Amino acid sequence: MSATSSAASPSSGAVPASTSVRLRAAGRALFIHLGVLPFFLAAALIVFTLVSDRFLTADNLVNVMRQSVYLVLVSLGQMTVLITGGFDLAVGATVALTSVVSALVMAALGPMFPDAPALVIALGALAGFAVAALVGLANGAGVALFGVSPFIMTLGVSSVAAGGSLFLTGGVPVSGLPTEFADLFGFGRWLGIPVPVLVAAVAISIAWVVMTRTRTGAHLYAVGGNIKAAKLSAIHTGRTLIVAYILCALIAALTGLLLTARVESGEANLGGTLALESIAACVIAGVSLRGGIGRVENVVLGALFIVLVQNGMNLAQIGSYLQMVLLGGLLILAVIFDQIRYRMMMGV
Amino acid sequence: MSPPVLIRTVALTKRYPGVTALDRVDFDLRSGEVHVLFGENGAGKSTLISLLAGVSTPSEGEILVRGHHVRFTGVADARAAGISAVFQEFSLVPTLTVAENLFLGDEPLSGPFLDRRAMRRKAAALFADLDFAIDPKRLVATLSRAEQQMVEIAKALHGEVGILILDEPTASLTDREVDHLFAVIARMKARGVGIIYISHRMQEFARIADRVTVLRDGRRIGTVAMAETSEAALIEMMAGRAIAEIYPSIARSPGPVLLRTEGLRAWGVHCVDLEVRAGEVLGVAGLVGSGKSRSFRALMGLLPIQAGRVTVQGRDLTGATTREVMRAGLCYVPPDRKTEGLQLAFSTRDNLAQGELAGTPSRFGLLPWRRIRKRCEATAERVELPPAYRGRAVGKLSGGNQQKALFGRALGRDYDLYIFDEPTVGVDMGARAAIYRLIRELAEAGKAVVVISSDLPEAMNLAHRLLVFAHGRIAAELEGDAISEAAILSHFFDPIPSAAIPSVPTIDQEARLPA
Repeated sequence: MSATSSAASPSSGAVPASTSVRLRAAGRALFIHLGVLPFFLAAALIVFTLVSDRFLTADNLVNVMRQSVYLVLVSLGQMTVLITGGFDLAVGATVALTSVVSALVMAALGPMFPDAPALVIALGALAGFAVAALVGLANGAGVALFGVSPFIMTLGVSSVAAGGSLFLTGGVPVSGLPTEFADLFGFGRWLGIPVPVLVAAVAISIAWVVMTRTRTGAHLYAVGGNIKAAKLSAIHTGRTLIVAYILCALIAALTGLLLTARVESGEANLGGTLALESIAACVIAGVSLRGGIGRVENVVLGALFIVLVQNGMNLAQIGSYLQMVLLGGLLILAVIFDQIRYRMMMGV
Repeated sequence: MSPPVLIRTVALTKRYPGVTALDRVDFDLRSGEVHVLFGENGAGKSTLISLLAGVSTPSEGEILVRGHHVRFTGVADARAAGISAVFQEFSLVPTLTVAENLFLGDEPLSGPFLDRRAMRRKAAALFADLDFAIDPKRLVATLSRAEQQMVEIAKALHGEVGILILDEPTASLTDREVDHLFAVIARMKARGVGIIYISHRMQEFARIADRVTVLRDGRRIGTVAMAETSEAALIEMMAGRAIAEIYPSIARSPGPVLLRTEGLRAWGVHCVDLEVRAGEVLGVAGLVGSGKSRSFRALMGLLPIQAGRVTVQGRDLTGATTREVMRAGLCYVPPDRKTEGLQLAFSTRDNLAQGELAGTPSRFGLLPWRRIRKRCEATAERVELPPAYRGRAVGKLSGGNQQKALFGRALGRDYDLYIFDEPTVGVDMGARAAIYRLIRELAEAGKAVVVISSDLPEAMNLAHRLLVFAHGRIAAELEGDAISEAAILSHFFDPIPSAAIPSVPTIDQEARLPA
């Protein structure tokens, strides 16, 4: 039996165990099933509660929820790619490109159809999704058809997309969006709940259904778990990889639109830190960098955790430069734990 | 009236760069028969089934399924034609559950959604039908190799299967599990399924085979009815005239003990005591997962040692790094040249140079490239690599020449003890003979040579002394005339000693390498 099951199943560990031994076994099982997230989350809650008495208040936690919408979304997209065994460094640039393109379209169409803001917004959003789909297609085609490593492919595409959005705007924010856009998707509320939170909730549900209840999801896991086995099981592995990158880009586009509504303009510098943060959120949430492993609900928690830590650090008055240092360290720590967890799982 | 022909191949040929893996093979499979493919490693069996299963496409020739020409572009096409294959290399995803694996690529749906209930129900029904006791909810990574094999077979059998291909399905099964599998095969036969069966275990043929086709060097040597042939006749067909010449007789002059292990324990290795002497060839036989390869990988520092002692020429090297062990004079040539052995993108010369680097001192921190080049050429001569191949990327060479390059690299430095793990997997006859000559040369020059091999004739014919591994232990040590096929096979299935072992590992490193 592997270390995994001997630790998890009480039958094989029939030795009468003292409390501390049992506690350690439970911690081990928890670690193998969920990764480092429960431990990190507990540590963060304790530390920040001690540091700031404003941290553990309903107001602050609602605030964290609202702020975390964008990272949660991007992390979901990142997860689909990570599960196939790749990663997408272009998510941040996709957010920026979507923001710029949709804003340009809305700003151009706005004066033409002053009486139909819904149409203007829809067409702008459509343009944003279309350009993001192209980005995803480029990433997926490079990885699946030409065998470029995801690292260099998405890094290159990221540069193309970021450069493209700067080129389109000259670095100047695109203004002149329909006011309804920001009013609804940036600051709107429905039944008292912020619209971005609702959008995220819908996206999370859809992602959960796709990953656990559809053939597409099953194939994403299979390709990441063992691509050769997937191929021998008559799965179209190339198409599955392309789908993963397109899904990731589309979710990034959705994030881009929400952020555009929030800042009321198209900005080429949106989403700069999202690639790193989303990978960190996924890894902390137990998504394996080797592919095949990862769950939607955990990733949502992982992204919440990152925002929670940032929020806590803000309350503890840690400067943003130092926050970058800590976040990078956290990512590396999570990856090291992922490595240890993989070894424990595979019993090597 | 003979039963209908399910598959027929006409002059089926598959060429890879530098090698013809399958050469104008005619083959047919009838409904309700077990047709065994028999031949040495590299004879073309795996190539033939990969063509029939749609994994690769033929260079020339035709495949007819039930009289219709087919041209498979992928596994899905073959499956649609009712052909299902169980490969040696498992097509299971370790991170998914048993049920998810069973229906991989063919998931039951209700509307746009996966029908998980149907999946579990069908899985349970399939296992009940096959009489397998495996919980469909378990993760494949937690299954034993034998259980994985059963899942693999169940996976091949779900849906409309008319033709079943089994590649060495019994390699990791116990006798009881083999009986079980054969019962399943009998039931399939009764339903009219045609079965192509690959195995090295001749004692199985009499139990299940209807016909046997023998392949050698990519060609079909003949097809015979099992009832009208004998093991001896099949072996003769398999090996051909070459058998007498191919194994050299190696002079034995045992010297001092170079390597000794005492109570060696590692993952899947339980208490191994062995000695390797200079000037003799030590053969190591055993099934996949018997610990034969892992024992040596452990002492080479490739697997963590849990307990025991390793001494090299009296020096304690327990738990030393691979580099330290190599510096002490041991060289391990891995079984899988593609993933562990060679730099596939490098030229053959540069691969040989890697071996030289270990033995050439630099001058003022600079590498003496001219001298290295010269020595590489000499090594290439020694391993009989044709000059035309020396500048080509090693990944483009045939298996035989790749293996020669791998051996050449090991010769770059003067080691005292060579461990060759599966030295002739997927290697043609000519290269095989060259490799055996090299082994003789080394042993007669006073080196200690260990040959770990799943190829029984190879282990038997080269070894002066033979260790038989079973269940992570040495089951027997045979010497000289006592080395016989019957003696070896009888120990392969030695029962697990009653001094119960902690339980056999589930995921083993060795299992991922070709047997």
